[in-house]
Amino acid sequence: MNLRRDVFQAIADPTRRAILLLVATQAMTAGSIAAQFDSARPTVSKHLQILTECQLLEQEQRGREMYYLVNPMKMREIADFIEPFRQLWEERFATLERIMKQRRTKK
Amino acid sequence: MERTTIVTANDGELDIMITRDFDLTCEELFSAYVEAELIEQWMGTKVLEWEARQMGHYRIQTHDPKGNLAFEASGVIHDLITNERMVRTFEMHNTGLGVQLEFYRFEEFSPEQSRLHMHVLYETVEQRDRVLSMGYRMGIGMAHDRIQNIFSQQSKHS
Repeated sequence: MNLRRDVFQAIADPTRRAILLLVATQAMTAGSIAAQFDSARPTVSKHLQILTECQLLEQEQRGREMYYLVNPMKMREIADFIEPFRQLWEERFATLERIMKQRRTKK
Repeated sequence: MERTTIVTANDGELDIMITRDFDLTCEELFSAYVEAELIEQWMGTKVLEWEARQMGHYRIQTHDPKGNLAFEASGVIHDLITNERMVRTFEMHNTGLGVQLEFYRFEEFSPEQSRLHMHVLYETVEQRDRVLSMGYRMGIGMAHDRIQNIFSQQSKHS
């Protein structure tokens, strides 16, 4: 197995993408992540190992528990920094336009 | 007419420029920004205070479906010229993002079409970059909510 893994290869797998989404908003233990999936615990552990190897996830010791959290710097490599912000505004503006047009027809 | 939002944010600078063309009259576009009822509709938020005048104060709030406060923001309108311009401060509460200064220019370029120019200034580059990265966090957060809904529905069935 390659120790250095490609980030894009890592996110190509749907389970790994789901793990990233789960951990994006809060640090979680391997156990609580595995509890969210039907897959066997060792399968989830393997996914976590791959995500950690390519640095998309970081590990943090908190007391006796090991937590997984997203590494935002590495995530920036897979996401254009400004694009999601632009899309957020595009959605808002599209809503604005739709609502103002609806208002026209009501008049 | 291509209707896309253009966002400009140069590395190491303190501002963000947002431009968007609308199939709306300049008057309609302006109302969407100054009438409380319309703001509530397109921003999906609750307007608690809205004084559409110079030095008028505003406050908006959004609650999640469980009734918890999800978003609160407030600011002061410093300048308001009908169908032309609005200058206001904007601050999201409990985010540590600080205050931003917003310049809105409403431009009519045909009788039925208008263009919005939004120029937003921040205190530090770091603050600006945090706001920019919020789109990413929110996007991923929304996807996360959807996934969680799927999971909670699955657990109800099992």
